[in-house]
Amino acid sequence: MSEESISAGLGTLREDSMVEVNYDELIPNNVDLSTDLRLKRALESWQPKFLDWWKVAGPADTREFEVYLRTAVGVDPKGWAKFDYLKMPEYRWGILLAPKEEGRMIPCGKHKGEPVWQEVPGEYRAMLRRLVVVQGDTEPASVEQQRYLSKTAPSLYDMRNLFQVNVEEGRHLWAMVYLLVKYFGRDGREEAEALLQRRSADADRPRILGAFNEETPDWLSFFMFTFFTDRDGKMQLESLAQSGFDPLSRSCRFMLTEEAHHMFVGETGIARVIQRTCDAMNEAGITNARDIEAVRNLGVIDLPTLQKKVNFHGSVSRDLFGSEVSTNAANAFNAGLKGRFGETKIDDDHQLEGAVYPVTRLVDGCFIDEDVPALSAINARLLDDYIKDCQGGIKRWNKVFEKAGIDFQITQPHKAFSRMIGEFADIFVTTDGEIISEQEWNQRKTEWLCTDEDNVYIQSLMNPCMKKGEYAGWIASPRIGINNQPGDFEYVKIG
Amino acid sequence: MNAIRQHLIDPEICIRCNTCEETCPLNAVTHDDENYVVDAEKCKFCLDCITPCPTGSINNWRVVDRAYSLEEQFSWDELPGEDDRTPADSSDDSLSEANELEVIEILDVAHSGQGGRVKPPFSAAHPYINLYDRGAPVVATVVGNYRITDSNFESDVHHVVLDFGTSFFPVLEGQSIGVIPTGTDASGKPHLMRLYSVASPRDGERPGHNNLSLTVKRVVYEDAGNTVRGVASNYLCDLNKGDKVQVTGPFGSNFLMPNHAGANILMICTGTGSAPFRAMTEYRRRHMPFAEGKLKLYFGARTPEELPYIGSLNKLSDKFIDKQLVFSRLPEAPREYVQDRMMSESSELLELMRSVETYVYICGLKAMEQGVEDAFARVSEEGGENWSDLKQQMMQSGRYHVETY
Repeated sequence: MSEESISAGLGTLREDSMVEVNYDELIPNNVDLSTDLRLKRALESWQPKFLDWWKVAGPADTREFEVYLRTAVGVDPKGWAKFDYLKMPEYRWGILLAPKEEGRMIPCGKHKGEPVWQEVPGEYRAMLRRLVVVQGDTEPASVEQQRYLSKTAPSLYDMRNLFQVNVEEGRHLWAMVYLLVKYFGRDGREEAEALLQRRSADADRPRILGAFNEETPDWLSFFMFTFFTDRDGKMQLESLAQSGFDPLSRSCRFMLTEEAHHMFVGETGIARVIQRTCDAMNEAGITNARDIEAVRNLGVIDLPTLQKKVNFHGSVSRDLFGSEVSTNAANAFNAGLKGRFGETKIDDDHQLEGAVYPVTRLVDGCFIDEDVPALSAINARLLDDYIKDCQGGIKRWNKVFEKAGIDFQITQPHKAFSRMIGEFADIFVTTDGEIISEQEWNQRKTEWLCTDEDNVYIQSLMNPCMKKGEYAGWIASPRIGINNQPGDFEYVKIG
Repeated sequence: MNAIRQHLIDPEICIRCNTCEETCPLNAVTHDDENYVVDAEKCKFCLDCITPCPTGSINNWRVVDRAYSLEEQFSWDELPGEDDRTPADSSDDSLSEANELEVIEILDVAHSGQGGRVKPPFSAAHPYINLYDRGAPVVATVVGNYRITDSNFESDVHHVVLDFGTSFFPVLEGQSIGVIPTGTDASGKPHLMRLYSVASPRDGERPGHNNLSLTVKRVVYEDAGNTVRGVASNYLCDLNKGDKVQVTGPFGSNFLMPNHAGANILMICTGTGSAPFRAMTEYRRRHMPFAEGKLKLYFGARTPEELPYIGSLNKLSDKFIDKQLVFSRLPEAPREYVQDRMMSESSELLELMRSVETYVYICGLKAMEQGVEDAFARVSEEGGENWSDLKQQMMQSGRYHVETY
C-alpha cells in the first residue's frame, strides 16, 4: 500500500471528527501515543510491514472491494463502533484499551490483592512475553488460513462477515504488538517482527499452535473454526483479561468485544447450514437424516458430515488448551499473569493453595476423574469451561432440528477423542469414549472424521453466490442483517 | 396505566458471548447455562449494552403489565409473542414509540388522525428508540443552519444540520427527535421538549456521516396585540454553526418507510410536514433510484417561494418521483389545495390506492387532515370503492400513516 493511499484513508476519517480516538495520527489509538515518541516511531516502522503482510497473506484479490465494515472508534459502549464502506487496506487498525479501572487489584495468585502492575514485573518478564507472543501469533494465523475463502463466499453477507473477522484479527495483532513494543524493549520489537514472518502451515516457519496450521479450505470449516477455535481464543482472552499486568488486561477486555462477533459468525453460520438442510429435507419429504445420498442429492450438507466436522474442529481446538495438568499454567496463575475464566465471579480464595480440581485421566485403562492440585489443573479447568461454553451453542443448533421435526442431534465427542496434546495424546478413543487400538482407529476413523469423499462433496457446494440478498443453496439466509440492514443490502461492493 | 416496558434478550439469536453482562454498569444482565437475561428491577435503560452486542438479540422490548422474572426468562427457548402479555388497552401503544410521558403525549396527538393503531410497514427497518431522554440527553453540534425559503416572503423556514460526533444516534426516515431549548420558562421550569421530524435519511444528511437535518419553521404570531415567538423554533432558527444542542430520542416506531423496492410511497404534506418525505425520497434516491415502486408527492404551500426545498425538489426527475406541487396563493390563479389536486387526477390516484403495494403518509398541519381524507373518500366513491374498508385494510397492513400537529 502506498503512502498516498494511507493518507487518503486518513483524510476521510478526519472529517468524522472522532473524539475519543485520535485518528489524526497514523495509528489510531487511545493510549496517548503522541507523547511517547520512541514507541510511536517503533510502531510507525512496524506499520508498513504489517500492511505488506496484509497484502501478501490477507484476503486474496480483494483490495478494491468496498466492504461494509465495523470499525472500533472508541471504547465507550454507546459509541464504540461505526459501520461504513471501506476498502480493507484502508481499515483503521489501531490500539484501543478498555478504560482503566482505578484501584484495580491483582485478582489471583500469590500477589492477590496487591495493586495491578502498570509495568512488566522483572521476575515475570519472560513468562509474560511468551503469553503475549502466543496470543499474538494466533491472530494473523487465522487471517492466513482464511486467505482464499472470499472466492467461494455463499453470499455477500457471509463474505462481509469473513472480512470483518479478518480485519479484527488484524487489530488484535496490533493490540499484542503494542504490548510487545511498549513493554518489552528490543526483545519485544523482534517478537513483533517475527509475528509477521511466521506463516500458517509454512514448513519452515509455522505458526506456534497446531490448529493454526490447519487449512480452512471451505466455508463449513470456516464456520466450525469460528465456533470452536475462535472460542478457544475467547477463553484465552477471558483468562488474560484477568491478568495482574494491567495493560494486557485492558487490551484483552476490549478485544473480547470484537471477538464476540467471531463467535456469532460461527454459531449462526452452522445454525443456518442446519436450517437449510432441515428445510430441504422437509420439502423433499426425507425423514432419515442418515440417508446421506438422498440428502446430498438435494445439494445441502448432510447431517452426519456436519457431525464429523464437529468432531474434528472440536478436538483440534481442545488441543489448544495445552496439557490439562501443567506447571506453566500453574506458574502463570500463581504469578497473577493469567486468571481463570470468570475469575472474579468464582467463589474461592483465588490462590488455590491446597485446593484440588478433578481432572479426567486414564488410569488402568479407564477414564476417571482424579483430584489433582487445582493450581496445576488450570488448563483442565479452562478446557472444561470451554466444553461447557461450546455445549451452549450446540444446544441452540439442536433446537433447530427439534423445531423442524428432524430426528438428529449434534453432540460433542468425548474429551479424549482424537487428541494430540495432553492426557490423551497417546491413546485412541472413539467419539463415545471407547478406548480402541491404533489398528482399529485406522480402520474406523472415517466413521468419525471426514473422508476425502466427504471433503470433495463439501467442496462441490462451494460455489460463490455474489448477488445481493441471495444465498448459496446449502445455507439459509440470516434472521437479521448486520447493523439491522435490510435483506438485500449490498454488504460488499465488488468493483 | 400500570404497564411497564421491559428490556429482553432474544434467546434464539443470542450467542451467550457475555459482552452485555460485561458491559452493563448496573449488573442487570445475568445468565444461566441456557440464557442471558435482563433483570427488570436493575435495568435503567441506559442502553450501554445495545451497540456492543454482535447479534442484535439484545435489542428487544415488550410492554407488559408485570415484568417477566429471571426464572421465566431462563426457561425460554424463544421470546414470548408481542401480545402475549401486552394489555389490549390502546393507550399503551405509544409506549412502544417512546417512554417519556411528555413525548408520548405529543405523539399521541400527532397520530390521532389515523384513527387507531397502525403498525409499521412489514419491510421497515427496526428503529432504535429512547436512546436518550431528558435525564440524559445527547449533545449535538450545529454544523449548518440556513434559511430555505425566499427572504422576501413571510414564511421563514430553516434547514438545520446537527452532527452527533461519535455518539450513537441512529435514526430512520419518519422518526422524530426531541430538542430541549436552553434556559427556563417564565415560571423558572426547564422548557418543554419539542419534537422535530428528521428530514434526512438514515445514513446521514451527508452520506456516511453521523448527522441529520431538521426542517424548522420560525413560529411568530400575533396574539391579542402581542407578538408571540415560539420558544423552540426560534431557538433552533437562531443557532450558529458550532453551537451545542441537547437532543433526546429517537422517537417513533410506526411512521416508517417500507424498505422494499416494490413499494409505492404516496406522500401528502404541507409546509414543514415535508421533512419526513425529504428523508424518504432521499433514501430511495441514494439506495434504490430505479426501484419499481412509485414515489408520488402532493406538497402544498402558499407560493413557490415559501415551499421548502423547492430547488432540490425540482431537480428530481419526473421518472423518479411524481411531484404535485400545489399553491394556494398564486397571483392570478384560483386557490388550489392539496385535496383539489388529488381530486383533479383521481383516476391515477385510485389506481395507486387500490394497490396493496401502496403506502400512504400524511404529514403537516391538522387542518389539512380532514380535506385529504374527504378527497380519498370521494376518489374511492367515484371508483366504486368503499373508503372506510380501503382505509381499514391499509391500516391493518401498516400502509396508512398520519402525523399532524
